[in-house]
Amino acid sequence: MTLLRHALGRSLQLVPVLIGITLIAFFLLRVMPGDPATLILGSRGTPDEIAALTKRLGLDQPLWRQYLTFLFDLLRGRFGQSIVYRTELGPLILERTSATLQLVGLSTAIAIVVTLPFALLAALRKDRFLDQAIKVVFVVVMSMPAFWLGILMVMVFSVHLGLTPVSGFGEGLVERLRHLLLPSLVIALGTSALTIRTLRSSLIAVLGADHVDTARAKGLRGSTVLARHVLRNSLISTISVLGVHTSWVIGGTVVIESVFGIPGLGSLLVSSISARDYPMVQGLTVTFAVLVVLVNFVTDVAYAIADPRVKL
Amino acid sequence: MSEPMTDTAPLLEVHGLSTRFPGHAGRVVTAVDGVDFTVGRGEVFGLVGESGSGKSATCRSIIRLFGGSRAAIEGRILFEGRDLVPLGERAMEEVRGSRIAMVFQDPMTALDPTMRIGDQIAEGLIRHRGLGRAAALSEAVELLAGIGVTSPAERARAYPHHLSGGLRQRVVIAIALACRPRLLIADEPTTALDVTIQDQILKLLMRLRDETGMGVLMVTHDLGVVAQTCDRVAVMYAGRIVETAGAIDLFEDPRHPYTRALLAARPSPEALGTRLTPIGGDPPDLADPPGGCRFHPRCPIATERCRVEAPALARFGTDRAVACHLATGDLR
Repeated sequence: MTLLRHALGRSLQLVPVLIGITLIAFFLLRVMPGDPATLILGSRGTPDEIAALTKRLGLDQPLWRQYLTFLFDLLRGRFGQSIVYRTELGPLILERTSATLQLVGLSTAIAIVVTLPFALLAALRKDRFLDQAIKVVFVVVMSMPAFWLGILMVMVFSVHLGLTPVSGFGEGLVERLRHLLLPSLVIALGTSALTIRTLRSSLIAVLGADHVDTARAKGLRGSTVLARHVLRNSLISTISVLGVHTSWVIGGTVVIESVFGIPGLGSLLVSSISARDYPMVQGLTVTFAVLVVLVNFVTDVAYAIADPRVKL
Repeated sequence: MSEPMTDTAPLLEVHGLSTRFPGHAGRVVTAVDGVDFTVGRGEVFGLVGESGSGKSATCRSIIRLFGGSRAAIEGRILFEGRDLVPLGERAMEEVRGSRIAMVFQDPMTALDPTMRIGDQIAEGLIRHRGLGRAAALSEAVELLAGIGVTSPAERARAYPHHLSGGLRQRVVIAIALACRPRLLIADEPTTALDVTIQDQILKLLMRLRDETGMGVLMVTHDLGVVAQTCDRVAVMYAGRIVETAGAIDLFEDPRHPYTRALLAARPSPEALGTRLTPIGGDPPDLADPPGGCRFHPRCPIATERCRVEAPALARFGTDRAVACHLATGDLR
């Protein structure tokens, strides 16, 4: 199928992007002040021990050689050693990535489910009471900082109503969903405030398009025209907005992770920066970049599925 | 009142049709103001006028599609003896596509860019004839072949952006004719096409009229299209019909000053070497039309009476009518 071929072609284009990311992450660490061996050993290290560790870490090698070693280690899933945790970074980052992806995945799903009906209602009742009401509510939601909305929801749903846990991550599917519900909802509301407006305006534009008249002139039911001809054409622009926003959310979950005590990438990054855990910062930089690149790739593929005119 | 459905009733009878749209700042735009006309079976009836004369709003009122805007329709639209105005949306959905179909002006925007051509044609067949998707698709291919599209099976699998404008307009026609409608509304079907393609499309429409015996309501501002296709014509100005006549009579003996001005403003081989005469002034604002005859501010022979009294569309000769205080006598 042509779509599959295009998707493969597009994924090949990602290779130079990923190489670029590793280059930046690698040199970022090299230009930072402080010598890793000294940092790892701390003030107790003797010059001999530091020299030995420098040799063991390969830091005495020429830069291009260090970079290649770093690159091939990455490919084998070896991110290096954390200075703080004194263990391999790989499993730690993987665990945190999984937590963040669950949070982002669930919030994106909720955002889509919230966006569709509200955008449709707003577009079909354009400039009337319901449209204005939806606009006002989501502008208010959008202008509330995520941490404040998060705390507000914890107060209402967890403390007063006792419906959801106050914080933590939970074990098992049901508990996990219960723990992730509020934080995902907070992120999703922010996302939907944006996507509802985008989808509403493209729905209004498509509703007045000539091809919708053609579809109606065939005698198709109103709901069929809406689902098959209006919605699909309107989703095209919303997909890009959702994609851009999701990559932004991946980097921005740190606030939500802190409020709800979720062990995700964001909170790990913040603690690693303050602990000067440079290898960890390097590994996380690469991880964030790869996630953003992947989200963009998924967005491109979804875009191509929705719009046959697009060539990947 | 209800009319029995008979074969003797005309295909389409429009009586006192008025269509109003909400305009800016609470004003109401009366795009169609008390229009009467009849389209017979197998007849091509032309609706001619400038942009904004209400010809498009008239034909859209019949099929009740206004591109997403809201409109209030008054009057009677008798189709095969049944009044369409009081019908609910569900009942109109049954009529659209199966009994009355429409061809739109711009083939570049009239097709859904995200759906394959074959599926777009098949939709109507599935809806009205209860065909399965496979059967509908193979009939769609036959329809394409029937209107002279080469390699129709391949075209059916294409998306609109793969096709040229002329080909797309053929697809739009195939969609309209899929369920063999009795009335085809063609809203400026060739305006967006270049001249050679225009001629092909008009010939195709005439051939299909001959084959199926459907009536055609041809909306156009192009008098050349009228001459080539129409049996009878109504000239519209500012939401009203100012003259109806057989197509030949209209060209040979135009009665209304507006019709005469239209004909004078059009290039023709006989008038080669002479200057074209533009119509002075602008079409009126339909939210606040002039009193009396609406054409009087631009009319070269307007009298005091024209400023105050609106002329009725008066029968004149056989099968002609004109709405002008001065036109029924000898104008020369």
